[in-house]
Amino acid sequence: MAHRVGMEVSIAISHAVQMCRAEAIAAYPITPQTHIVEHLSSMVANGELDAEFVNVESEHSAISTCIGMSATGARTYTATSSQGLALMNEILYIVSALRLPIVMTVANRALSGPLSIWNDHSDIMGARDIGWIQIFVENGQEAFDHSVMAFKIAENHQVLMPTIINLDGFILSHVVEAMEFPDQELVDKFLPSYHPRFQLDPDNPVTMGAFAMPEVYTEVKMGHQMALTGAYEHILKVWKEWGDLTGRRYQPVEKYRTEGAKILLLTMGCLSEVAEVAVDEMREAGLEVGLLKLRMWRPFPFADLRNAVGSAKLLIVCDRALSLGGAAPPVLAEVRSAFYAMRGRPQTASFVIGLGGRDVTPGDFKNIVAQAQEEAQHKPTQEYHIFGVRG
Amino acid sequence: MSSKPMDQVTWQEIEAGAILTEPGSARGYNTGDWRSQHPVWTKSRCIRCGVCWTVCPEGGISEEPGGYFDMNTYCKGCGICAKECVTGCISMVPEEE
Amino acid sequence: MIEIRFHGRGGQGAVTSVELLALAAINEGKFAQGFPSFGPERRGAPVLAFCRVDERHIRLRCKIASPDVVVVLDPSLIRIQNPPADLKADGIIVLNTPKTPEEVRREYGFKHTLALVDANRVAREVLGVPIVNTTMMGALIRATGVVKLESLELPLKERFGPLAVKNFNALKTAYEQTVIEERRS
Repeated sequence: MAHRVGMEVSIAISHAVQMCRAEAIAAYPITPQTHIVEHLSSMVANGELDAEFVNVESEHSAISTCIGMSATGARTYTATSSQGLALMNEILYIVSALRLPIVMTVANRALSGPLSIWNDHSDIMGARDIGWIQIFVENGQEAFDHSVMAFKIAENHQVLMPTIINLDGFILSHVVEAMEFPDQELVDKFLPSYHPRFQLDPDNPVTMGAFAMPEVYTEVKMGHQMALTGAYEHILKVWKEWGDLTGRRYQPVEKYRTEGAKILLLTMGCLSEVAEVAVDEMREAGLEVGLLKLRMWRPFPFADLRNAVGSAKLLIVCDRALSLGGAAPPVLAEVRSAFYAMRGRPQTASFVIGLGGRDVTPGDFKNIVAQAQEEAQHKPTQEYHIFGVRG
Repeated sequence: MSSKPMDQVTWQEIEAGAILTEPGSARGYNTGDWRSQHPVWTKSRCIRCGVCWTVCPEGGISEEPGGYFDMNTYCKGCGICAKECVTGCISMVPEEE
Repeated sequence: MIEIRFHGRGGQGAVTSVELLALAAINEGKFAQGFPSFGPERRGAPVLAFCRVDERHIRLRCKIASPDVVVVLDPSLIRIQNPPADLKADGIIVLNTPKTPEEVRREYGFKHTLALVDANRVAREVLGVPIVNTTMMGALIRATGVVKLESLELPLKERFGPLAVKNFNALKTAYEQTVIEERRS
């Protein structure tokens, strides 16, 4: 029987990794990811988790070590944040190119400078194109569920793709809240032990990480692209299977009170729940507002997004990162691309919110909707707004 | 990967992760093409100690019947064997023009 | 939903308090959040910690801007943080002080409902050390009934092990000794 627990979300993630029987972990501690790996480290030290925990001197080494461990056929996990993810950067591309099903939690945090330990999405948006599956979660329960599902998705022989679960640093990672844990038997049944398609084995030698001549590099990249976009259907299958077992169902783009909505907010991560509260209040005041929550970031769910928008006239995209000097913040850029060729596409408005730990309240979302409505009447003066910036 | 020439392989024919599943596939690359000089052993001064075979970084030296050594098709002509030979019986000779 | 904000100093256990409260509420079948004011923790520096309790899943991921209750672990923080500044009109100030409600109102000009306990004395007498975070939870529960006293037994045991009994006794003593005075209009 599933049981209800109260626990810090970071600790819940470490329990998810334990229940998945991860066999190899290499990680370097960084705020606000620390509690996850700290707890895993003590689980391994106390004999509660039968895994190799490799202490390393940097995130670059952490992910490199994970490559080696995953290549031997071990179920491999790591976690990082912000500068740590940035330091991993060059290796991240190699993990996905080698199709090693490493699962990584990213406790999303702003990038320096100025130095900030607080939450936004600039770390993962800087690693947007690393070729991994990338999922966002809203609350502790989702963080637990998606940590378990990530292994099953990543290790599927049709997928074989490293997977990142993004959770907002501090405002989600450090909150004690209520969650439901499944029994170990259910997790074991859902997630059998990992049987690699290829592994480093002296008796059956293979070459991993060979270089590619210009004659073949393009074809290799095409294979990677097709595998990542093709992962979509397998992700949905795994989510459905988990939904059937637990009753908790997930979609690439989730709709909240979108019926008859003329205006839609679009958010990612745990601010989606704050936006839900704002939508409730605006609906009560008679405003036809709904919310789209983008859960699957890579592969990008173009069709789901187009369908979810329905007949809404105005789509307000809330980004938590900037693309300095660029055409649009990262999420807006994707969303606009999704709609550009579509007839009767909605008008888009763009707000960058919650940078570097700036608190975002339901009231902020209401102000954003009011401002977007006002501006939709006129020709837009700016490509996007940095909401609440002084001066 | 398939055995087709590289410039004819399609993306579908490439294994996941571009992993090469056939062991020893590098044998197909005749790296001996690269050399501009090659070692020549003077058998009368060779003591068959095998130092040349040991120090060759490329597996470019093979043992011959009788315990003597000679280069094979993978010798790149680096000259390490000649430098390290205990008796100085190896000399590097330019490839013919 | 009830929203509670703890005012303390780094090291006084404000964060532990909100976590234990949240766990107690969750054990009762409710929903709760316990979280710190995120940042570099420094011993002695003024800190905030937050707790929300509700009958349904809580969707807010922001700080508590307009609390129902403020719990002040250290009275010296009143001048620095002005805890009741954004307290709801019908909110409650739970304060660690040896003073009477009359003296507190005169000194600080508080209009809100007061729940006062000399937590330093209780903690010294029962725990043997002047660490007041668990003690002050007794006053909070007396003033609000946000959780049952006994719901804290298990979370205290899991957190403090053999020291849990003493902490629970301090909490119970504070619960009994808390003086409540309704707000002045």
